[in-house]
Amino acid sequence: MSRLLEASALALVIGAPALAHADTLGRLALPEEVAAWDIDIRPDGAGLPEGRGDVWTGEELYELQCAHCHGTFGEGIGAWPVVAGGFGTLTHEHPEKTIGSYWPYLSTVFDYVYRAMPYGFAQSLEPDEVYAITAYLLYLNDLVEDDFELSAENFTEIRLPNEDGFYMDDRVETEWPTFTQEPCMTDCGDAVAVSMRAAVLEVTPDDPLTDARHAQYLAMAAASGGDAGDAGPPAAAEEAAAPEEEEEAAAGYTPEQVAGGEAAWRQCRTCHNVGDGARHAVGPHLNGVYGAPVGAQEGFRYSPVLTEAGADGMVWDNATLDAFLENPRAHLPRNRMSFNGVRDADERQGLIAYIASFGE
Amino acid sequence: MTKPGDKAGDGTGGTSRRGFLGGAGLAGAGLIAGMVPARAASPDPMITEVQPWAQFLGPGVDDAPYGKPSPHEAHVIRRNVEWLTADTASSVNFTPIHELDGIITPNGICFERHHAGVADIAPQDYRLMINGLVDREMVFTLQDLLRFPRENRIYFLECAANTGMEWRGAQLNGAQFTHGMIHNCMYTGVPLRTLLEHAGVQPNGTWLLAEGADASAMSRSIPMEKALDDCMVAFRMNGEALRPEQGYPVRLVVPGWEGNMWVKWLRRIEVGDAPWHHREETSKYTDLLADGRARRFTWEMHAKSVITSPSPQAPIYHGRGPTVITGLAWSGVGTIDRVDVSLDGGRNWHHARIDGPSLDKSLHRFYYEFDWDGSPLLIQSRAMDSAGYVQPTKDALREFRGTASIYHMNGIQTWQVHSSGEVENVEVA
Ligand code: HEC
Ligand code: HEC
Repeated sequence: MSRLLEASALALVIGAPALAHADTLGRLALPEEVAAWDIDIRPDGAGLPEGRGDVWTGEELYELQCAHCHGTFGEGIGAWPVVAGGFGTLTHEHPEKTIGSYWPYLSTVFDYVYRAMPYGFAQSLEPDEVYAITAYLLYLNDLVEDDFELSAENFTEIRLPNEDGFYMDDRVETEWPTFTQEPCMTDCGDAVAVSMRAAVLEVTPDDPLTDARHAQYLAMAAASGGDAGDAGPPAAAEEAAAPEEEEEAAAGYTPEQVAGGEAAWRQCRTCHNVGDGARHAVGPHLNGVYGAPVGAQEGFRYSPVLTEAGADGMVWDNATLDAFLENPRAHLPRNRMSFNGVRDADERQGLIAYIASFGE
Repeated sequence: MTKPGDKAGDGTGGTSRRGFLGGAGLAGAGLIAGMVPARAASPDPMITEVQPWAQFLGPGVDDAPYGKPSPHEAHVIRRNVEWLTADTASSVNFTPIHELDGIITPNGICFERHHAGVADIAPQDYRLMINGLVDREMVFTLQDLLRFPRENRIYFLECAANTGMEWRGAQLNGAQFTHGMIHNCMYTGVPLRTLLEHAGVQPNGTWLLAEGADASAMSRSIPMEKALDDCMVAFRMNGEALRPEQGYPVRLVVPGWEGNMWVKWLRRIEVGDAPWHHREETSKYTDLLADGRARRFTWEMHAKSVITSPSPQAPIYHGRGPTVITGLAWSGVGTIDRVDVSLDGGRNWHHARIDGPSLDKSLHRFYYEFDWDGSPLLIQSRAMDSAGYVQPTKDALREFRGTASIYHMNGIQTWQVHSSGEVENVEVA
């Protein structure tokens, strides 16, 4: 780091232009403002808010707000992150790095959940709720019993198993002696052979635009009339036309409403897909949901509330969608959509128009 | 600041014009035809016939108030790998480096990495707070920031996970996918030092926490020495306002250090006396080694290079004869002094030519021109930086780190060029 210190000292001497005239820029932050934004927590407990929460409360919150992505046991659904387990796997070929197996400090769990989770609805949890969820995450990682309560008072007593598993970057000391040798230029080592090919895995996405580009290269080669070597043209690719998005006329809604709804849709798309090829994600895809019974998208695992409401004859129309979207939890209590709702009535109407524009 | 771009004349034996022709001569009699331009069998209709663009009017001014690339360049786009992540709002895409030249990355194709999607912040709603161990806890508006003295600097930003897939061997066919989590832009902004001095850092203020305003509230600990050295609070890239996906209206610039620290939508700088050990410096961005222990705070990006063309997405379809190999080289600790290119998988090396500006912690562009005889090649590039660090092979890195560390893979990349001109991502041993 001394290299940096020297550089900064130098910069201070020959430094930036004089700032005397800038002394008045900005304003003093108010304590309330600092309190609102300064929510970070450190391993020594600095920054922890007052509060407490137990494993049982945490389980309830986790099931409702976290489990549909991170899994009931923290195992992660699909490609969503795993948050529990993986003990003893750090030396394995495919280590599983979780709170229990890898993270050094509990403060990181509290800090991160408080600032960033649930995904798509951040900073919606109260301190007590975060204590409870953090306690539950400890429980899922076999680090506490089910009668455990976490609070500002006992927080720093909890140590995670891998706390000593980290050390400061030492690449310069350990690797650089090897990597700063004058390199060999000729007849270096034995002749080499290919030992692995990316193509074998077939994980590179197919891409019509790249195929079209390759066709362009071949046409350019032909135009220069030169020796095209052994270059065999790959399957000639058609110039891929950009797929045009078709605006379907929505049942009784104006194009302006649909367009307004499209903007508001940003809040929903973390969990829902619509349009061509839409698939179920955290929530069901919503093609054709307008006019359909509640909880009836094929292949999606709904909570019992939605399935039952559908069986009782409830249908998604303007009125039911409007009420649901205004306050999803109040309208169908204990459903699994962890979303606070849309307060603005026009925005809800836009969303409904937008959803209605996607038929089956 | 700018070093002479052409390294060929500096005695290192770079590929000068002399070297280029000499190489062609050595390639043998079979290729002599290439020495004299060929004669066309018949006149070229592109020349003999009047083409529509030579006859009719094209679009007028203002046809595109904000211009776009030629429609014939529709393939020059960022791409993602869908199966890598559950959701595009917590995901990454890649810069099409295989289609670019020079050292500057155009704004619209700088790779994206988001943890909670792109935040949309109007300039009048933007606030930057400095709090913690300072004499005066401050709030700045964008207007305030624009009234401080500014500086312009060109820096690369590389994600620590760039090339991370390759730890376990050749994975994805394309320089865009293997090396595309990088871009190089000119940033305009205020030195972070200026703002910290303005707030008055207290003597025990040795660390700071940079925090974003997006729904992931991205946060990273940064040592004070770095903050005072060359970090910037930037509001422009390549002359225009930051793109939304790059942190509009304001991002942090942390030259030479891993991209995750360049917090976008920067909302707060807190000064403290210890690091915070937040999620992005514990769960992520720590380098797990073979013995199960992990390095933390591996901030610096070490010297690295890659041949961008030819590469799997940019094959050689012109056939034998004069061929240009080009690529990028960079180092987070300084400038690039030299790039070598091998055609035989690393047994023999040739000095490449660096062209364009050679700037501190910026991409460098290199070229190696040679006469291709149509035989299969195993092409590689190797960068050496101003600190004397020589880009290692992937296997040499694995000896120190195993294969599970995800981040900081800067090993030498091999592309296999087939006689057909098609190119594949391979590993050699
Ligand atoms: C809609 C899906 C979703 C929901 C619901 C959700 N998360 Fe997450 N979670 C994510 C994603 C995506 C990430 C990674 C975000 C990123 O890109 O940085 C994540 C990351 C995490 C991590 C860090 C994982 C790691 O290994 O670094 C923790 C801990 C976590 N979430 C806890 C929670 C808790 C607690 C809740 C409920 C209050 C919750 N999450 C709700 C999707 C979700
Ligand atoms: C955090 C994820 C999430 C977000 C954000 C979200 N949803 Fe949902 N949504 C769900 C889940 C999960 C369900 C299924 C609920 C259940 O089974 O209890 C659902 C169900 C629904 C249904 C009922 C579908 C059916 O077939 O009965 C509608 C309609 C709906 N959501 C609309 C929206 C709209 C509109 C928005 C945006 C304003 C939105 N959702 C935001 C997760 C989400």
